[in-house]
Amino acid sequence: MITKVLATFAVVITGALLLYGVSDFPAFGDPHSPANAGVEGGAPSISNYYITKSYEDTKVPNLVTSVLADYRGYDTMFETVVIFAAGMAIFAILRVFSDEDDIEPNETHSEGNTFTDGDHSRIIVGTTVRLVVPVIQLFALYVVAHGHHSPGGGFQGGVILGASFIIIALAMDLDAALARFSEKSYFRLASVGILIYAGFGVLCQVLGSDFLDYGILQKIFLTDGPEMARSHSMLGVEVGVAFTVTGIMFAIYANLSSRGTLKSAL
Amino acid sequence: MAEFFQTTIHDYFNYWVYVILMMIGLWAVIAKNNLIKKLIGLSIFQTAIILFYVSIGVKDGASIPILHHHDPAAHAVSHEESHHKEGHKGDDSAAHKEPGDDKGDNAEAHAVNPDLIANPLPHVLMLTAIVVGVATLGVALALSQRIFKEFGTLEESELLEQLKGGNVDG
Repeated sequence: MITKVLATFAVVITGALLLYGVSDFPAFGDPHSPANAGVEGGAPSISNYYITKSYEDTKVPNLVTSVLADYRGYDTMFETVVIFAAGMAIFAILRVFSDEDDIEPNETHSEGNTFTDGDHSRIIVGTTVRLVVPVIQLFALYVVAHGHHSPGGGFQGGVILGASFIIIALAMDLDAALARFSEKSYFRLASVGILIYAGFGVLCQVLGSDFLDYGILQKIFLTDGPEMARSHSMLGVEVGVAFTVTGIMFAIYANLSSRGTLKSAL
Repeated sequence: MAEFFQTTIHDYFNYWVYVILMMIGLWAVIAKNNLIKKLIGLSIFQTAIILFYVSIGVKDGASIPILHHHDPAAHAVSHEESHHKEGHKGDDSAAHKEPGDDKGDNAEAHAVNPDLIANPLPHVLMLTAIVVGVATLGVALALSQRIFKEFGTLEESELLEQLKGGNVDG
């Protein structure tokens, strides 16, 4: 009880101080706030540079994608590595391999859980999922591939693609999902994703430019100028990001829902 | 009163929401005894930060940070200017860079007006933060599952008691 009183006290004090500081902030929606337009007399705003110059530099109309995959490509690469490392950490923490040593054999092994076994309660859900999953996956591929022209990109498309396998696991069972996307393949996919991203960086170095400086790749893509090479490379690294995110999202679900056994989930 | 509302709440509404949400999350992290509830608090805290970042990228009257594909400056020009440009419309987008416009400095005439496009940078930062947040939440849940396996509880007080009693197996 005393903890809660002290916590409330600390939270109220902190909140009051933060709200006191709010009065110095720019108003909501102010286009000339320091975050949007830079400080007066200071350095020019990087955001405005992105808005005005990004299309000239990269020929990518979606500014979020061009900033994500090109200007801040190094940052994004390691964000992807963080996701990969999270997947590895979950594997290391939870995964158990032996059947006998399973500490809590709580459920009978996938009895009547598969769609084909004729569990009537699952027929409607299972059939719906069968019909919907291809559409979800097609949409995911669209989101990845069209990420530089419309809202989307590797992270979003990868999450949708990973969710399409999670929905299979939810509606049928984990075995049905693992039959389509096994442990071997999702970790392989995740590693390949990182490899693609880093490979683009190394390729730029090999051709004599800086790490992840895609402009030099015009020698490979045979484009007219470095701008289109940047655009194509962005699609490439987005595909790498999508691979990693797809694999790790499903890995997280598969390990958490089955307590690391990858059997008889939920 | 109305003026007070306008200057303190209305103009700074996003900051109020983020502070309140953040404090709800912070309270849960400090005061709750259950590790899962602490995680929920942590997620609310994170959501507050995301909301804060996205809200500072908002510009009144601005469009989404995706330019018109063939004419990046289409957002930025006034109505009659865009009408004036109709003649160029069939051209390749590279044609916009060529001089010969009677408006003088062509690059300026076709530049994108930053005030009419929302700030893309906070979106980029939060886009990765959301996905990384999901992955790290997964790690946190995996750790809690492991703790539950070892100790049979997720209540912090009971965990501390067990640890003090030296009742650690494995």
